[in-house]
Amino acid sequence: MDEDDEMDMKVKKYLRGESANLEILQDRKLKGQLAVREELYGKSAKAAAKIEKWLLPSEGGYLEAEGIEKTWRIKQESIAQEVDILSTRNQYDIVLPDFGPYSLDFTSSGRYMAIAGRKGHLGILDMKNMALIKEFQVRETVRDIAFLHNELFFAAAQKKYPYIYNRDGTELHCLKEHGAVLKLQFLKNHFLLATINKLGQLHYQDVTTGQMVGNYRTGHGRSDVMQVNPFNGVVAVGHSRGTVSMWKPTSAAPVVKMLCHQGPVTALAFHSNGHLLATAGMERKIKLWDLRKFEVLQTLSGHAKTLDFSQKGLLAGATGSFVQIWGDLAGSQSYDRYMGHSMAKGYQIGKVAFRPYEDVLGIGHSKGWSSVLIPGSGEPNFDTWVANPFETPKQRREKEIHSLLDKLPPETIMLDPTKIGAVRPTRKKEKPTNPEREAELEAAVAAAKDIPMKKKTKGRNKPSKRAKKKQEAVEKAKRPFLEQAAKEEELSKEKRKRISEENELPKSLQRFTRKKAKA
Amino acid sequence: MKVKVISRSTDEFTRERSQDLQRVFRNFDPNLRTQEKATEYVRALNAAKLEKIFARPFIGAMDGHIDTVSCMAKNPNHLKGIFSGSMDGDIRLWDLATRRTVCQFSGHQGAVRGLTASTDGRVLVSCGTDCTVRLWRVPVATVMESEESSHNSSEPLAVYVWKNAFWAVDHQWDGNLFATAGAQVDIWDHDRSQPVNSFEWGKDTVVSARFNPGEPNVLATSASDRSITIYDLRMSSPARRVVMRTKTNSISWNPMEPMNFTAANEDCNCYSYDARKLDEAKCVHQDHVSAVMDIDYSPTGREFVTGSYDRTVRIFQYNGGHSREIYHTKRMQRVFCVKFSCDASYVISGSDDTNLRLWKAKASEQLGVLLPRERKKHEYLEAVKNRYKHLPEVKRIVRHRHLPKPIYKAASLRRIMADAARRKEERRRAHSAPGSRLKEAFRKKRILQEVE
Repeated sequence: MDEDDEMDMKVKKYLRGESANLEILQDRKLKGQLAVREELYGKSAKAAAKIEKWLLPSEGGYLEAEGIEKTWRIKQESIAQEVDILSTRNQYDIVLPDFGPYSLDFTSSGRYMAIAGRKGHLGILDMKNMALIKEFQVRETVRDIAFLHNELFFAAAQKKYPYIYNRDGTELHCLKEHGAVLKLQFLKNHFLLATINKLGQLHYQDVTTGQMVGNYRTGHGRSDVMQVNPFNGVVAVGHSRGTVSMWKPTSAAPVVKMLCHQGPVTALAFHSNGHLLATAGMERKIKLWDLRKFEVLQTLSGHAKTLDFSQKGLLAGATGSFVQIWGDLAGSQSYDRYMGHSMAKGYQIGKVAFRPYEDVLGIGHSKGWSSVLIPGSGEPNFDTWVANPFETPKQRREKEIHSLLDKLPPETIMLDPTKIGAVRPTRKKEKPTNPEREAELEAAVAAAKDIPMKKKTKGRNKPSKRAKKKQEAVEKAKRPFLEQAAKEEELSKEKRKRISEENELPKSLQRFTRKKAKA
Repeated sequence: MKVKVISRSTDEFTRERSQDLQRVFRNFDPNLRTQEKATEYVRALNAAKLEKIFARPFIGAMDGHIDTVSCMAKNPNHLKGIFSGSMDGDIRLWDLATRRTVCQFSGHQGAVRGLTASTDGRVLVSCGTDCTVRLWRVPVATVMESEESSHNSSEPLAVYVWKNAFWAVDHQWDGNLFATAGAQVDIWDHDRSQPVNSFEWGKDTVVSARFNPGEPNVLATSASDRSITIYDLRMSSPARRVVMRTKTNSISWNPMEPMNFTAANEDCNCYSYDARKLDEAKCVHQDHVSAVMDIDYSPTGREFVTGSYDRTVRIFQYNGGHSREIYHTKRMQRVFCVKFSCDASYVISGSDDTNLRLWKAKASEQLGVLLPRERKKHEYLEAVKNRYKHLPEVKRIVRHRHLPKPIYKAASLRRIMADAARRKEERRRAHSAPGSRLKEAFRKKRILQEVE
């Protein structure tokens, strides 16, 4: 029975949601076609679940405490004694005290890491060989760094503007329109670079064409907390009033605004399934939100200057020189303490980032950067066509072309990405609001003015007659709007009359006034 | 404590020598891929656009006849050949690959009205307005391939003269008999110079005849008194008959579902019937703007091609009410006969301008040998396009066809007239007592009566 349950769970994972309700359909032909298709989906999900056993070569990592010891007291040194040498190479501390707090970023395959020191030190490292590919000094403040679609390009948020560099250190672009950027995020599927600057303005730029897709004022002043939700591509910005607002590039108003904390929001992180958001506030609380209902699932206590979710759902939060890892292990729905790591006093941690497809956590701090082992945090089996840590240059080139061909337009960013291709629910006809109505009126008048008038001959083409005809056309276009406005006036007048009638009657008789049944 | 960490050794995940294939690892977990639906939608849009870019259906024209091509026949044993007969009595055998005449069969004095090949493909039967039925020997395939020059002629095997002009001929799919349509339906044997049997229902000319592919003794005919009659050779009298409002020009049986046939009618529609239940059409295929002259099913049984008097060739799906494809050229005049090739890839049309034209059945198909990866890619693009073809942007591209102006105008005129008629009917029903005016299904409307 256990195996069956496991199989069911796996099948559910591949089914991607509930099957459609076919009972409400009237059309029998369509019902038959859809029933066949639903059956095919079921079969393919079952096949994917069955083949998992053969197709996935590696198993995930784990850490189990024995006896009375607790997992969060286990130190990195004791882990290093138990694992193989190759994995211990992933635990290290790089001390570079001169160049300021370090920020780091990984490519989506986890192979390359970009580091940026506050005082201008930029570099790219190959994590497989622990080799430094390129490092250089830009001699000005660098606040953030982000890889673009692969390791060849990265963007650095420097003092006045963000710059885009090549893997060889060549400066490719200086993005002047963005201003003094505090945080950078790259949306992989859309090739959009999202930035937030000192004035609290959000900019979206398409890095393939260079076109600025949108720039919006967040309206809440300076904020340096920004994360992109990998599930649906919306960008969440944390503000100093304790609110988190979520933005998409096609609208000037935020999609969602939620009040999260009683003080400023200090850190944000999204789970890769898109349903979980972790926010940390200055009042010593870390809240886990369910993004479908926008409710708090759990509140953990602690400070966090930076948060990050791993691929397997572990949450890392760092404050001062201490990193805390929470995990939802043993099938429980809530997050408990899993591991912790404290560094030498005086190391102020600025950024934590889990390395994709590895059980490694990268920590950027004021004296350089470190890396620690967190068993069970990475996804053990990668898909070559999604992200390949062992990519050859030829494969990288092919992948770049394919992802460019599949580049999504910015309109596809929405809170619920499964709505694309779905049938829009029929809305009840709403009355257009006043400004909309005026806009329609103006559009109709403009259209009427644009109609080409026939030029008459034999002396019938007098300018006064032409002008009169044009005016008539404009009035004809305006007529339906005016009629509707007059009708509504009448209705509202009637309603007012009826209400006043009601009020004149003594109270006991008011319920016998004529109430027209609303159609 | 028990601890395990992910550690991948490079040799397991990379290839050893450069001659090896690169290793590919798959993980179908949906959590690794974000925004799948949007990506699919973008791919569907691109696939629709690419399909339009590669849509070049016309392959070539075969000219040689000097009068209208009135009828065509397929050879069941030879994929590359097609017979065509014209209004001046000239019959030719064409090789589709080189688009040249292989052999000419001359002898008919008047128009050749019907052509058909026998079951084994050795004998060609033709009939015409000169009241004769001629049997010809078809040159064998091996000889055809080695022939460089064309214009062979052969003598007829037999010439049978009869009393009236013939309109159509069809051979049994599995037997020795063929049927001609003229003043009545005659059943002939190859060796007899007189019909073996004769069927008649009413005094009107029979315009077309077709044998059922599944049941060798069942024959469907259409007459100029607007009826479609189904005969069974084993019984001496006709089986069933349905009278419609307009004449049926041609009939074709579905080779995969032999109980269904589709009739090409003068009122610009094609009607699909189940031969067992003739009181209601299964499906009405509307899209032509003038009389449909000929119809032929694809060997897959899933689509059929029609040629119409309005100078277009359309391809319909067997259960679809509207055409999925339309082919037209400035030079192609009234289309009198169409055939679907035996491998379901090509469509041949014979028209008034004395040419036979060869078209692709799928306009954007890549001909020739495809690599497995190419084929898989085409299949994927087709599938993803079909999944999203109902969305407005994709639908607009997929549906778009350039129509010649007369066809476009005629089609909008027909639509306006149909809308007006429908509106009037709705109003009449709304203003009369409920239940006094019944809604008549379009599938039944065009049928006058069914007779046993």
